[in-house]
Amino acid sequence: MIKHVSRALEKEGVDFKAPEINERNALIRFNNSDDQLRGKAVVTQALGDDYLVALNLAPTTPDWLLSMAASPMKLGLDLRGGVHFLLEVDMAEAVKQRMAVYVSEIRNKLREEKLRYRNISNEKDGSLRIKFTKQAVRDQAVSQLRTDYREFLVSDSEEDGMYYLSLKLDESTLREIEDYAIKQNLTTLRNRVNELGVAEPLVQRQGRNRIVVELPGIQDTALAKRIIGATANLEFRLEAAADELSSRTEVFSFRDKAKAGRTARLEKDLIITGNSVSNAATGYDENGQPEVNITLDAKGGKLMNRATRDNVGRSMAVLFIEHKTRTRYKEVDGELVPESTKYVEKGIISLATIQSALGNRFRITGLDSPQESSELALLLRAGSLAAPIYFVEERTVGPSLGQENIELGVKSVQIGLLLVVAFMLIYYRVFGVFANIALCANLVLLVAVMSMLSATLTLPGIAGIVLTVGMAVDANVLIFARIKEELKNGVPVQSAIHAGYERAFSTIFDANITTLLVAVILFAVGTGPVKGFAVTLSIGIVTSMFTAIVLTRALVNMTYGRRNIKKLHI
Amino acid sequence: MKTFNFDFMGKRRLAAIFSIVLLVVSIGSLAFKQLSFGLDFTGGTLIEVSYQQTANLNQIRQQLEQAGYEKPVVQYFGAETDVLVRLPQGYDQQVGAQVLSTLSEQGQYDVELRRSEFVGAQVGEELREQGGLGLLLALGVVMIYVAMRFQLKFSLGAVLALGHDVLIVLGVFSLLGWNFDLTVLAALLAVIGYSLNDTIVVSDRIRENFRKMRKGSPTDVINEALNQTLGRTLVTSLTTVMVLMALTVFGGELIRGFSVALMIGVVIGTYSSIYVAANVLLALGISKEDLMVPVKEGADQEDMSP
Repeated sequence: MIKHVSRALEKEGVDFKAPEINERNALIRFNNSDDQLRGKAVVTQALGDDYLVALNLAPTTPDWLLSMAASPMKLGLDLRGGVHFLLEVDMAEAVKQRMAVYVSEIRNKLREEKLRYRNISNEKDGSLRIKFTKQAVRDQAVSQLRTDYREFLVSDSEEDGMYYLSLKLDESTLREIEDYAIKQNLTTLRNRVNELGVAEPLVQRQGRNRIVVELPGIQDTALAKRIIGATANLEFRLEAAADELSSRTEVFSFRDKAKAGRTARLEKDLIITGNSVSNAATGYDENGQPEVNITLDAKGGKLMNRATRDNVGRSMAVLFIEHKTRTRYKEVDGELVPESTKYVEKGIISLATIQSALGNRFRITGLDSPQESSELALLLRAGSLAAPIYFVEERTVGPSLGQENIELGVKSVQIGLLLVVAFMLIYYRVFGVFANIALCANLVLLVAVMSMLSATLTLPGIAGIVLTVGMAVDANVLIFARIKEELKNGVPVQSAIHAGYERAFSTIFDANITTLLVAVILFAVGTGPVKGFAVTLSIGIVTSMFTAIVLTRALVNMTYGRRNIKKLHI
Repeated sequence: MKTFNFDFMGKRRLAAIFSIVLLVVSIGSLAFKQLSFGLDFTGGTLIEVSYQQTANLNQIRQQLEQAGYEKPVVQYFGAETDVLVRLPQGYDQQVGAQVLSTLSEQGQYDVELRRSEFVGAQVGEELREQGGLGLLLALGVVMIYVAMRFQLKFSLGAVLALGHDVLIVLGVFSLLGWNFDLTVLAALLAVIGYSLNDTIVVSDRIRENFRKMRKGSPTDVINEALNQTLGRTLVTSLTTVMVLMALTVFGGELIRGFSVALMIGVVIGTYSSIYVAANVLLALGISKEDLMVPVKEGADQEDMSP
């Protein structure tokens, strides 16, 4: 296989390095992203549909460094290119969805217990209200539901000769639902990101209801966004019998444009959702139409079997559900203010007669295109989102800009360092050499500590390094100034050096601790790149204190120690 | 190094007037002209594209307006081949690609997408709040630390000096209509850090001198301290300004606001650690008694015991 690929690449004249082969995948390295893009096209063509070809960034660390557990510095998106998303999880919707499940359950429960009720309604405050005609039945329902659903606060009331029962979720359950929704979404997003085949992706919770997704080095941001943001899910429902009460049915139209205008009446109760799908693969049916082959998990299979066993001859519908936002701009006081409205699109993708009881394997047809079927399969495989998400922030950095930022950053560090080193040499001479050695050691230490903490380097981070270079000499300047002063007061050279270091220490300590405090606050309030700045600044403060105090002292002692010096040039 | 002997505090009234004028101008500008907040704080969509040749801004603006984008802001970014497009509109599935196709459509230009950013209005608002809170928190923490390590009067001096620096940097950004984004906010916090560093070094010396010098008025003591630290203050500011110059010139357009804000901050911070912090100390009537090393009773007794 790899030979085949190599030949294809050579034929097209795309430069690449020797491929690496692991158990299940192969890695082909290219010299730059242009070659990589061309290479992907060639490889995809050469391999056909049996392989998944993904773009990636892989380090070229040599083996001997890897064996010492060395790995390259993590680069932020602004340096390597890629895309950053901030997603908000719709908590209200998560709660609403859970309530819908409760309604189905409670309806069944009451039916089983032969407790006759008029209707169940969703109230504005998020509670459920069940209407009864008889007080005795209501009271029985109250005690039944109290024992079965401890997460609800159950209360009763009477109005216009009707008896009501109210169910309200308690605070801790609400929070549990929110936490569950976030965690479920994180898992789903991780699965989806893995399907995209990105190296070192980041999927992380931020705050109460937000999730950050960072995909470094990704080229096709449109696809990434479609897959990550897709809120598509499926619902399986029975078509309503003709004599079903209208309060227990809903009417949906078909998604297919060819069947536009056709509608079907479905039961409100759902059999299962896409969440019960354990595997999904695309294929083509006898007529060459795209289809998705679905395998359900054990619980889903049981539910599906129970529902279809008793209803052979009736029809079952597959509903495609998508959450979307529409943003409109309104002019308020001369300013454009965005107004987002969230809406749900539900459409039937197939309605077919149940021929026999279904098990945990079946297929869905009626999809628009092979692309839609493969995306639906991917989404079902990766799991659906427990609650819809909305993009609240998006940043894309092109790979060329990333490279350029690295070059600019490195150049600024070099020139900044050069200026400071030259200045210190001219101003302090021998002691300037000490300070400069300390400065260079500080830079090495700073980068080493960052890499040890696997902190991410960003463009503002590089700016932080540059700033550290400028400020790091401060401690030495303070010490040298003190030594000079002592010498001027007629103190012998050795004691002057000693006193200089001694006296300057508390000043250096106080000055640096306060700066460190500010840097920590910056880390706490900042996001993304700004955090990178705070990290380099904090580490830089600590390492510069160390090199300026300990290292230069050692150097000074090595040079002037144990000698009787009459005069010191400083 | 030469020894300095300036009568800094002799010109304290002049300096106070200078500071007050700067502050009034800054606050006035912030009140009437406000800051021109960047995308991070306002929300909206931003797209940076690069052309092979010099771009025609008017033409781009027209193209965008014809394509139905409302109120696009189009400007050069760093070079005349780089163009920044800012749209007040919200998130759209592929607005970057759309703008790109709009721009390359009519012209026979080769347009490359450098970066695109979208920030939701609510996120922007939160960042603004968080940033303001961060600044206040930083000042608060500094105040407590300095009050603990030094003395309350020093703490007031330091915080007033920092507030002075932050307001003036903000004022310059407001007056000149420069873009205030997250990196500039980071620079402001770094300015607080830097200016504080300076102020502490000076305060440390003032404290030492008050304890050491037996004669001389507070003004003399402070003058002496300022002269003693002047060499160090100038050298450190100089090296810092040098690296910031390198960053401004070579660091690229993305962090220009950051470097410039820091540079202004360092200059103002150096001035404020000499004139604002020390001035406040004198105005608050700092005296030897404020800085006496507290005598612990227990310690005395221990000394006496054989």
